[in-house]
Amino acid sequence: MENSSPVPLIELRDIRKDFGTTKVLKGINLNINSNEFVTLLGPSGCGKTTTLRIIGGFESPTSGQILFQGKDITSTPPYDRSTNTVFQSYALFPHLDVYDNIAFGLRLYQSDEPREFPDDGQPLTFKEKVQKLFLKKTKHLTEAEIAEKVNKAISLVNLTGMEHRNVGHLSGGQRQRVAIARAIVLRPKVLLLDESLSALDLKLRKEMQYELKELQRSTGITFVFVTHDQEEALTMSDKIVVMKDGNIEQVGTAEEIYNEPIDRYVANFIGDSDILEGKIIDEKHVEFGGEDFYCGEHRFPVDAVVDVLLRPEDLDIVYPSKGKLVGIVDSIFFKGVFYEVDVKLPNEGIITVHTTDYIPVGKTVGLTFSTEDIHLMEQM
Amino acid sequence: MAFHVNNIKKQKTNGKGFKANATLFSATPYFLLLMILVLLPFIFIILYAFMSKSASKIYLTLDNFSKFVTNGNFVAAAGKSLLFAFVTTVICLILAYPIAYFIGRSKAKVRSLLVTLITVPMWINMLLRILAWQQIFGMISSWTGITLLGTDFAIIFGMVYIFLPFMIIPLYTSIMKIDPAFYEASKDLGADSVETFFKVSLPLSMPGIISGITMVFLPAATSIIIPQELGDGNSKYILIGNLIESYFYKGDDYYFGSAIAVVLSLTLLLSIYLVNKLDRTNVKDRSFVKKYAKFGYEKALEGGNR
Repeated sequence: MENSSPVPLIELRDIRKDFGTTKVLKGINLNINSNEFVTLLGPSGCGKTTTLRIIGGFESPTSGQILFQGKDITSTPPYDRSTNTVFQSYALFPHLDVYDNIAFGLRLYQSDEPREFPDDGQPLTFKEKVQKLFLKKTKHLTEAEIAEKVNKAISLVNLTGMEHRNVGHLSGGQRQRVAIARAIVLRPKVLLLDESLSALDLKLRKEMQYELKELQRSTGITFVFVTHDQEEALTMSDKIVVMKDGNIEQVGTAEEIYNEPIDRYVANFIGDSDILEGKIIDEKHVEFGGEDFYCGEHRFPVDAVVDVLLRPEDLDIVYPSKGKLVGIVDSIFFKGVFYEVDVKLPNEGIITVHTTDYIPVGKTVGLTFSTEDIHLMEQM
Repeated sequence: MAFHVNNIKKQKTNGKGFKANATLFSATPYFLLLMILVLLPFIFIILYAFMSKSASKIYLTLDNFSKFVTNGNFVAAAGKSLLFAFVTTVICLILAYPIAYFIGRSKAKVRSLLVTLITVPMWINMLLRILAWQQIFGMISSWTGITLLGTDFAIIFGMVYIFLPFMIIPLYTSIMKIDPAFYEASKDLGADSVETFFKVSLPLSMPGIISGITMVFLPAATSIIIPQELGDGNSKYILIGNLIESYFYKGDDYYFGSAIAVVLSLTLLLSIYLVNKLDRTNVKDRSFVKKYAKFGYEKALEGGNR
């Protein structure tokens, strides 16, 4: 379908944004395709919300271009863009009830086709003449058409029966559903969500993650989601964009970002990680923790100093004689599903291991892992 | 056991009784002050309105009201007062809204500077400011030959000049409280600036508009100095406030003066009621908007959840 089209739905070209002397975005290049669930992930201040606001049209970039289906929309105002936004604070209009909030955009909707004036020999009234002269777009939706669309959106977000509730009397989760319904009822090409789950409690947040993903699948709308929560990003996204200090660090699927982070920053941001300094021995070997390891093909030159990433859940604790690395248990914490064990290596600081076994502090243990768990990253 | 329970009960009632007493006690001076300064004069005015004096006798009567209604001059003065107040309120609203909007949406520093600038003229006595305009109008007339003093224009100009800040301040306060995200949401949903104004800014600033109208319309309808000094002694510009004044200070017919005051109060009460009703038809949930106006959006939401 549209996926096969060579032109991405949204294309950001070298977007830069300064607020005063602060450079918030330092050259963002990003393609977003149709039907994708894209997450902009990063800590606060990394520019992810600014990027979203630029796509929505609430900020204009200092330099750079935004293309929408190949068309430049850099200076198009928000009300002429095929994007709709779910705001962080939801921004539900307090003077309107649930129904009227959702109908807000539909009531403003004007078709591009001009209104037709019947040619029945009757002279046009003054009002009709004015409309014919000045109004290019006059085809509005009728209240019945609006009601149909609104009710459909309300049932889509499971708010049936609450049509005439005051938005001030809704819970956080319900308010968010109204905000989503208000945006998707307009059938945007792109739905922008700004930290939309952060105000909800943990249980509701998890529920909404699945609902959002399901909604994205069933509506076929492209979602661009901003969050600082890596778990949220991993659960929902087709494509994760990791940002740092106004730059994009890495773009990839959840698996790519988790398994092959490009550097220490991304590795630390997504999941727990043990990072050791290593040195390339030859095309297939790397040295770290005082030992040489076979690591398969890699892209680094011989003698290069690299960061070696091991994920705590990939490490196993074994008898010292069987361990690839040997160390002493420094501390152990119970985390529910697993124990978090810190193992002190003789020369390399501390390695964290996730294990289901209890190991007393002070015990000498061996650590083992398989070749594919060794991941080499460029040093920052 | 029984004794124990009894004891607790006793303590509880004692505690409550004491609390209630304390509240009543601390509020008493305020109630007394209110009685003496507001309620008592009001009762006297109402009583006076139904009384008259002949020779040495004071008696109850409705004559004052029939005198007011049957005399065309009095009714005309009342009508003119309301008309001037109405025109002033409309002009103030039109002038104040853009200014208030600008102030309400500027940064805190700029905002406090602008508010100060708007309130600075209020530090000068109102009579002095009106006399200044009297002089200015006189000078303009002598240069250009256009008569300004003693015209509708002069009266309305004076009223707008004096009462504009009373419209701007409540308006800007309510505009300032509107979360900017509402404007963005409106534009995001397809409203251009004009539509956003009518569908979001205006309804959300309605509490400010209502209090602004009240704060301009009431004093404008009863103002004495402005028609007196800018009316140039023209009897056309004897408004209802001047009438009441003349019966209390220049004449000695307190009874008739009180009757006029009562009629005026009732008329104003009715007009304010109508304005509030107009608001109610525009906004669906009053309680929420009221809370919103008082505490801002987030607080109102919290209150709603409780």
